[in-house]
Amino acid sequence: MAQFRLPANSRIKKGKHFTAAEGATRPQRFAVYRYDPDSGENPRIDTYDIDMDSCGPMVLDVLIKIKNEIDPTLTFRRSCREGICGSCAMNIDGGNTLACTKSVESVSGDVKIYPLPHMSVVKDLVPDLTKFYAQYASIKPWLQTRTPAPPDSERLQSKAEQELINEPAACILCACCSTSCPSYWWNSDRYLGPAALLASYRWLVDSRDEATGERLDELEDPFRLYRCHTIMNCTNTCPKGLNPAKAIAETKKMLADRQH
Amino acid sequence: MSNQNRPQSPHFTIYRWPLSMTLSILHRMTGVALSVGLIALMVWLLAIASGETAYVELQGQVQTIYGRLLLIGWSFAFFFHLSNGVRHLVWDTGAGFEKSQAQISSYLVIISTVVLTLAYWLAL
Repeated sequence: MAQFRLPANSRIKKGKHFTAAEGATRPQRFAVYRYDPDSGENPRIDTYDIDMDSCGPMVLDVLIKIKNEIDPTLTFRRSCREGICGSCAMNIDGGNTLACTKSVESVSGDVKIYPLPHMSVVKDLVPDLTKFYAQYASIKPWLQTRTPAPPDSERLQSKAEQELINEPAACILCACCSTSCPSYWWNSDRYLGPAALLASYRWLVDSRDEATGERLDELEDPFRLYRCHTIMNCTNTCPKGLNPAKAIAETKKMLADRQH
Repeated sequence: MSNQNRPQSPHFTIYRWPLSMTLSILHRMTGVALSVGLIALMVWLLAIASGETAYVELQGQVQTIYGRLLLIGWSFAFFFHLSNGVRHLVWDTGAGFEKSQAQISSYLVIISTVVLTLAYWLAL
């Protein structure tokens, strides 16, 4: 059942404010979700005024600046800073996206930064992704075959067959889509969520995979697949421009088609 | 490692609702409203079946401003659920999933609901 109110230990308190360095020419305010597991206190929102004339243009640049110059305890994941590793996924200005590819300029007013929604928070902007990865593993994201491989070559695909998997295979597993989905918020214990279902689709349409039937069997369940109600938040928020909602619809069609 | 006392990050209070999400919630709410409306329809049929006095009395209630507002609300719910239901049927064929298409179909559902509701009450 949908639980709209946050548990008592999760309600957000007002935090500290850090004013901009003296002589700031282009101050911009950032409101950042903070949670320190060692303090035993509730999460809080700290606000930072940052001079954008002495900072890089992306939200990740700002977070790194805060960590380096203002508060070294600020905790977040980041790695590639160019939108390919998926580490810095968070909720910025009300939408899930990658901090490294989200420009500060694209936000009007204060920039609000939260961890990915409806997740267990380890510290500050770091959510616990254990379940998310387990769901990915559950769809068996590897090639399954029964026939022996050709003795003198790889298992080849035509260009058209390859094009079917190009888009779903471009997913970086940042979890933006799954944590934007209200169905996933209320049912993530049983609903696989858009990211795992997009990955599943990638193997369902792979011409070399020979376990399509078993894969579909696994999805034929009231929750795992069919909790998708086409809310479209996943597709709207994907920082890579992928379309999990369409992949899910195609999977539902495959299940309907094999009834005949 | 596991810490049972970890807080849950905020969700629908901080998420900026896309139009498609608002329509999805409205679809569910109008569905519930229509189920309640079905009970009202049964009461109306029962009143007809029980004879003139009961029917006239119920019609009196229906003619009040509250009665009319309820009827307008139910007709709006009906036309919204119908329009958005057609959109879901199209989606079930695998079409209309591009972001721009979904945005356009969101507006089409809203326009269709308003036009059908207005047309219905003006034609009465």
